[in-house]
Amino acid sequence: MSERRIKILLAKPGLDGHDVGAKVVVHALLDAGFDVAYTGLRQTPEAIVKAAAEAKADVIGLSILSGAHLSLCRRIRELMQEKGLYDKLWIVGGNIPEDDRMVLRQLGFKGVFPTGSHTDDIVSFIRENVK
Amino acid sequence: MSKTPSKIRPVVNESGIEIKPLYTAQDVLASGGVDASAPGQAPFTRGIHPLMYRHRPWTMRQYTGFANAADTNQRFKYLIANGQTGLNVAFDLATQCGYDSDAPEAAGEVGRVGMAIDTLRDFEIAFEGIDLDAITVSLTINGTAAILIAMYLAMAEKRGYDVRQLRGTAQNDILKEFIGRGTWIYPVDPSVRLVADTIEYCAKAAPKYSPVSVCGYHIRESGATPAEEMGYAFAIAKAYTDAALARGLDIDEFAGRLSFNFNIYGNLFEQVAKFRAGRRRWAKIILDEYGAKRPDSGWLRMIAGGGGFGLTIEQPENNIMRGAYYALVGALSGAQTMALCCYDEAYTIPTPRAQRLSLRTMQLLIEEIGLTDTVDPLGGSYYIETLTNQTEDKIVEAIKWADAQGGIVKAVSDGVIQAKVSNYAYHRQKALESGDLHKVGVNCYEDTDEEKPQVELHPYDEMGAKQQIDSVRKVRTERSNAAVERALKTLRDDAKAGRNVMPALVEAVKAYATVGEMNGALVEAFGRFKEPTQLWRQAG
Repeated sequence: MSERRIKILLAKPGLDGHDVGAKVVVHALLDAGFDVAYTGLRQTPEAIVKAAAEAKADVIGLSILSGAHLSLCRRIRELMQEKGLYDKLWIVGGNIPEDDRMVLRQLGFKGVFPTGSHTDDIVSFIRENVK
Repeated sequence: MSKTPSKIRPVVNESGIEIKPLYTAQDVLASGGVDASAPGQAPFTRGIHPLMYRHRPWTMRQYTGFANAADTNQRFKYLIANGQTGLNVAFDLATQCGYDSDAPEAAGEVGRVGMAIDTLRDFEIAFEGIDLDAITVSLTINGTAAILIAMYLAMAEKRGYDVRQLRGTAQNDILKEFIGRGTWIYPVDPSVRLVADTIEYCAKAAPKYSPVSVCGYHIRESGATPAEEMGYAFAIAKAYTDAALARGLDIDEFAGRLSFNFNIYGNLFEQVAKFRAGRRRWAKIILDEYGAKRPDSGWLRMIAGGGGFGLTIEQPENNIMRGAYYALVGALSGAQTMALCCYDEAYTIPTPRAQRLSLRTMQLLIEEIGLTDTVDPLGGSYYIETLTNQTEDKIVEAIKWADAQGGIVKAVSDGVIQAKVSNYAYHRQKALESGDLHKVGVNCYEDTDEEKPQVELHPYDEMGAKQQIDSVRKVRTERSNAAVERALKTLRDDAKAGRNVMPALVEAVKAYATVGEMNGALVEAFGRFKEPTQLWRQAG
């Protein structure tokens, strides 16, 4: 168990100010022993992708509750591919209706955690899926 | 099976008060006795008016706004036709964060979670045909509140209303935005200064308008107990009061126009005690500590409502029942105004049908269940009176905590209260996940089948967003840009020089300056807030 610690960047893209969930997840990830950086509110897709590249994050997590997840995730996916971050684990959480979950998975967001998800499930998902 | 009686289940309410299986007159006495003051008499434990709902039921003010001004105007009229007695306006995130609808930051957000507002033109359309004397309007706006208050007053003036007689409320509680809701723009100090500008300006120019509604509500949602919710709100209200006094205002010139916004989810008795205790404590703060002379300066006037955190994605129909119990809390607590979150609100912008159901929930309490027949119906209950006394102590503890951090403004600037609140939220989430905290349909009585809930989602209106973008661009070509430039220069100068920015904002609004332009001028003067990040560190 002496492998290097998993690095996670958790970000709040767009204008949505609901950060209770994002901060709860940050707490849970820290408790689980990961390295976590949290961007704070109102980050542009460009700033998030830049931060992820600089931090050499293994996991890029987004939290979006305003309903703007599809347009934001499409834009962030584009930028992550440009930056060569396609081998990282992309996850997204928030107020995500059933129909949109498959779309997000197809975009490459392997983990989709709608409101009501357990923090333990997020932690084990990351452990199982980080290469 | 053993015959020995099982141990009594211990109960401690969220505020940290141990609940006994039975209360008697002894408990009331031991906790400080019964407050003998009549309703309408300081310290207003039983209500701020002598007759409360017997004179007039609470105002029903559902939170509404989406797409553009025209669509929202239609929904306002639908709600008024269904018996709603006040309006509570929701704005989209671009408006709340100070961006025009055609700004790149606004992409995908125009009209999504509320109505898009760019210029005075939009306010003219939104309130067209609505009598602003008969229906009071509450603007749920914070970061850009000074701008939107100016816009509302200018719109009313243009419509021929006497602004000196105009009633209405703006949320305009920026400190809680830093703690919970997240639509801050400028750094903490200039943000508080802007709130003081609105209080000072309204005290003179619009003395019946309530420029601030201090919100414990969102702090509770973000992670605080009911007693802390009220204690932190009072700490914030004291900070605004101090800022207004520093302008040379007399406490009695503005304290009576401060209003409050509190949450109603959770244990019913705990909430009722919270409201009773809160009324008493606020009256003591304003009348005793600040020495106000007018008794109504010490009124805890409030909207009680929402309950959003209590609602669940799981088994959404349960939210209809939760809403009814929450409304009962509001009615038993003597709220002046009530708004209920709709049962579909954990998913979406409410449908008209869900909005009407929330209205009917409140109307049932008034028309059929007898909640408006007598004042403070739970007053005198051994349990409620004891809990009221004990909750007041807990509220005082929360205020003292804020004082010990160097005051709430410093606690916010340092990020200390954000950390405390977020820590509470984490433990609340762990308790929900472990089942220590029961939530019906979530961690007990869950659905066993895979039946999907029937909730109609409110689609994002791409066409409406495009129309809004076209509309703001059209306004920019039709107005006098020279007049806008002049007004914005005055605004920038006043902001930098520390003068009250409200007169300049009113002029800019009347010249059809956009929200983005006015906010831009203020950002130039004040800068932008940077979130304290010492909260987040590496593990280990």
